[in-house]
Amino acid sequence: MKEVLGDRKAILLFMLPALLIYIVILLVPIVWSSVYTFYEGSLIKGFSFVGIQNYIQLFNDSNFFSSLWITLKFTLIVTTGQVFLGLMLSLLYVFYIKRASFLIRTLVFFPVVLPTVAIAQLFAKLFEIAPNYGLVNSVLTAFHLETWVQAWLGQPETAFWILCIMEIWKAMGFYAVILYAGLMDVPEDVLEAAKIDGAKGWKMTQFIILPLIKPILISAIIFSLSGTLKVFEQVVALTGGGPGKSTTTLSVYMYQHAFTNGNYGYGSTVALFLLFMTLVVTLIVYKVSWKDQT
Amino acid sequence: MNRIGMILLGMLMVFLVVGCSSEESANSEDGTRTIDFLTEDRPDQGESKILLDLDEEIPETELETETIEHANIMQQISLLSASNDLPELFKYESAQLEELIDNGQVINMEKTFKDLGIYDELTPGAVDLLTQLSGDRGLYALPVELNIEGFWYNKKMFEENNLEVPTTWEEMMEVSAKLSEAGIQPFSVAGKEKWPITRFLNGYVIRYYGPDVMERVKKGELSVTDEGFVEGAQLVQEMNEKGYFGKGTNTIDADTALDIFLQGEAAMYYSGSWDLANFNNPERNQIGLENVGMFNIPLVEGGKGTLDDWSMNAGLTLSASAEKYDEQMGEWMKQIFSEYGDKAMEEGIITGFKASEIPDDISQLTKETMDKINSVENAALWFEARMDAESKALAEDNAQLLLTGQMSPEEYLEALKSQLEK
Repeated sequence: MKEVLGDRKAILLFMLPALLIYIVILLVPIVWSSVYTFYEGSLIKGFSFVGIQNYIQLFNDSNFFSSLWITLKFTLIVTTGQVFLGLMLSLLYVFYIKRASFLIRTLVFFPVVLPTVAIAQLFAKLFEIAPNYGLVNSVLTAFHLETWVQAWLGQPETAFWILCIMEIWKAMGFYAVILYAGLMDVPEDVLEAAKIDGAKGWKMTQFIILPLIKPILISAIIFSLSGTLKVFEQVVALTGGGPGKSTTTLSVYMYQHAFTNGNYGYGSTVALFLLFMTLVVTLIVYKVSWKDQT
Repeated sequence: MNRIGMILLGMLMVFLVVGCSSEESANSEDGTRTIDFLTEDRPDQGESKILLDLDEEIPETELETETIEHANIMQQISLLSASNDLPELFKYESAQLEELIDNGQVINMEKTFKDLGIYDELTPGAVDLLTQLSGDRGLYALPVELNIEGFWYNKKMFEENNLEVPTTWEEMMEVSAKLSEAGIQPFSVAGKEKWPITRFLNGYVIRYYGPDVMERVKKGELSVTDEGFVEGAQLVQEMNEKGYFGKGTNTIDADTALDIFLQGEAAMYYSGSWDLANFNNPERNQIGLENVGMFNIPLVEGGKGTLDDWSMNAGLTLSASAEKYDEQMGEWMKQIFSEYGDKAMEEGIITGFKASEIPDDISQLTKETMDKINSVENAALWFEARMDAESKALAEDNAQLLLTGQMSPEEYLEALKSQLEK
């Protein structure tokens, strides 16, 4: 066996299928689409080489920067929300609800398995104003807060926040379960010892629990970051990027250019930027987490 | 290393073979010719149903419809066109056909229909409209539906409030104010779809500058920042601010907007004759067919437009692949399209094909609408008809911000102007 595995040719042969699939499915499309960034045109018209014109356009495009800003804002808010609330929930499961937590965990996890479109419909109904008031506006009316009744999804500021709330609500159960698994691994005796030393509540979390579950916490943050940076179907299903462009994130912007407008060159340029950005963010998180891992 | 090279080569061959083989499966197997038809209608709807029914009578062919969502048709067709595999027949946005025409990928319908001897089946008005949409390249699409647009209104509500049908925008504002006072929402507007908002602006400018206004903008004779556009945009914003469009206009989709009107929650509704099928459907139309009326877009005082100009469109039109066109296809088209007009009329669909007789059981509203279509002297296109995809997106997206007041009328038009100039 050792002979076989020591043979370079054999290693190559075993790796070949996976490598080929990786190349064909991942690398080729990436290279292909980065070639498109130097071209202009559509599938029907044909493509013509334009040099770096798409990049010049990109850096002069105020809509691009506004969707970049929206994406960053969304990522920051949603990742913080998802991981923080996930952490709070997992602490709740372990230290307060304990054994009975199974039911609650299932309930909180439920939105994770629901299709995004269904969740978007749910939220659209929840915040509806016409033809009928949705739950939120009805409750506000019931409490005589008519001045607060508004078209939540019909105006830029509120639509963005509802998108954030929806995404946090949808995924926090997932992070709660991941972090819960991490918490289960924290040795009981360490906690006991800390308790004897007088650690309680937030102090205990800060100095004992968080350092112990750090690897899991970092994975959770990376998961969340890469999910939220690329956010697409949630936007399409809830607001379609509107009103105006107020919820148009980078991936939606890319889609609009490449597929709705049929401008593959520019769309690919936006896509490449998105890829680059995701890569950089992931690398930074990795770097930060490795540095402390001594 | 040699062996690995062989394996790589082998895999490459497999990919090549797989890639090639898909191109072959097309035509006849047991003698019947399959005609592929890409459409946004389900097989039991609209012209899909008509074509399928007509095809039943021809034993040599088998019409196969593939239904995809309206919004995805353009994308699907551009993919198919790039791989030289356009289906025999497909629906398409007639204003965007130009590239396919220039590539010679779709057949010239005028020539084909004349060769087949069925050119007389088409109504001249429809031919004009479609020629205009192709950027005057000719007729490359068939008007399988033909629509006029205008304001549908609830006759009963107008009567109860002693209101007359408005003929100027000023009167329409007065009517709206009175309805509002009476606690009735004047308009139902599907702001989520965006285009219903710009239709109001378009309605104003075609009356101010005449029906060819957007064509003149394209030619550079007019600018979208001119007085008439500013007035129009101001009016649209004002109407929403005054609550004439109801609450949360930007969240209302097309179906909801229609239902608001058909359930008697709003007095007026801008759309086109394509909604006739919904008005004729008693389950959906709860205000009663007899209570639905239509009036043309009101005039602007001192403006160039007249009430004989109507805003028109042909919905998605039908085009045919040039590559897949052959003698048999010609025979098929000859037989199908010489009966199309009558068959469509039976289904209550108004088309750009002539109908020899009007069936008795057709509703009064459909009849009136047909009379209106026949009376059209000049057809005006919709706001975005002559715009490229990016300008269209900008005009529509920002229209939502115009409504909510995030953009002033001037900002809206300035932004549109600079996009159009790109």
